[in-house]
Amino acid sequence: MGPFFAIGLPWDRGPLVVPEDTPGAIRITGSVYDGAGAPVPDSLIETWQADPAGRFADLHGYGESSEIPGFRGFARFGAEDGDGRFEIVTVKPGAVPGLAGTMQAPHIDVSVFARGMLHRCVTRIYFADEPEANGRDPVLARVPSERRATLLAEPAPDGGYMFDIHLQGPDETVFFEL
Amino acid sequence: MTTREERAIYDPVGETPTSYVREPVGAHPPLDYQPYKSTALRHPKQPLVYLPQAITEITGPQLGGLVGENDNDLLAQHDGEPIGERITVSGRVFDTEGKPLRDTLVEIWQANAAGRYRHTWDRWPAELDPNFTGAGRCVTDAVGRYHFTTVKPGPYPWGNHYNAWRPAHIHFSLLGRAFAQRLVTQMYFPGDPLFEFDPIFNSVRDPRARERMISRFSIHDSIPNWALAYEFDIYLRGPGQTPFEEAN
Ligand SMILES: [Fe+3]
Repeated sequence: MGPFFAIGLPWDRGPLVVPEDTPGAIRITGSVYDGAGAPVPDSLIETWQADPAGRFADLHGYGESSEIPGFRGFARFGAEDGDGRFEIVTVKPGAVPGLAGTMQAPHIDVSVFARGMLHRCVTRIYFADEPEANGRDPVLARVPSERRATLLAEPAPDGGYMFDIHLQGPDETVFFEL
Repeated sequence: MTTREERAIYDPVGETPTSYVREPVGAHPPLDYQPYKSTALRHPKQPLVYLPQAITEITGPQLGGLVGENDNDLLAQHDGEPIGERITVSGRVFDTEGKPLRDTLVEIWQANAAGRYRHTWDRWPAELDPNFTGAGRCVTDAVGRYHFTTVKPGPYPWGNHYNAWRPAHIHFSLLGRAFAQRLVTQMYFPGDPLFEFDPIFNSVRDPRARERMISRFSIHDSIPNWALAYEFDIYLRGPGQTPFEEAN
């Protein structure tokens, strides 16, 4: 009953896209649910994003580099014996270019891993409080309108966002073919 | 193991691909795979939505800084030496065009020699080894090479079906150089009699892709009076269509 990602992949600062004391740092929290609506306790999620200025922290320096000290752009959350919940500390991304001169709304790419998933599932976090940018986003435009809400993180009382992931079921999250 | 013609080391920034090949059918296991029971409630049922690859997908993180100097030596993480057959596992990371990938994070985790994982949920009644955690990390060098020293993991039973046993394997995780290249896979050992009975191994339907998950024993790289060597090269997706073609 592997694959026991928690042995090899999580690390201390894994859930921190930015150091916790970074101005403007927010939490994005959520849970991963299976087709029976049960939390997936051994799920592991990874996120990849730009900073608020639309700059990345790319391995080889591709694109403009973030000026935020300690900005990693990447988070990984997995628990050895969790309850399906994840939490990352990040800054809200800015808009970034899409293809053919378009602009993409602020978004975070997400990989979801778990026992019973033979390879990762890819989704995106968009932000419910960005209706205008979302309305022009070329990727959201490809998503059937009745399913778009599954990609929207809702503002939380602490200034962060909530984003649940449903692998199946009536609220099944939109997953992408990449 | 297929060998491929090797290309010159490329300039990582100047030659950043503008997209990566889409996953070929059969190279990866299906998410809905009835012989592996846990997939039933954990695969999307709605169609996947095509994601054009733009800057978020063709960039990736710099995580080399979290790797310590000896993190690739799974024998050296405790006071004593773990029990088992000492092995080295090394190889190179390429893209599917044969270009080596440098600076990419390679992470592994595995059961101990008795087939037991150091994880609260592992109830297989085999001994835990106080001298073995079973996790390692390293970053590929300038020619894409990685190297681990460890013990050979044992096979272990699991509850998927009657008399189900996993072939001995090491879990591998690769960040690649872009979000699109992320890969989690398993490495197997040559000649394992359990292959034909393992639904996870057989969930990869392309026989050549299955073959690529099996490491190669190397007497040449084995270290006399110390350790047997296994070689395992890993191929991540290479450059794909231009964005212009993708946008159509
Ligand atoms: Fe395993």
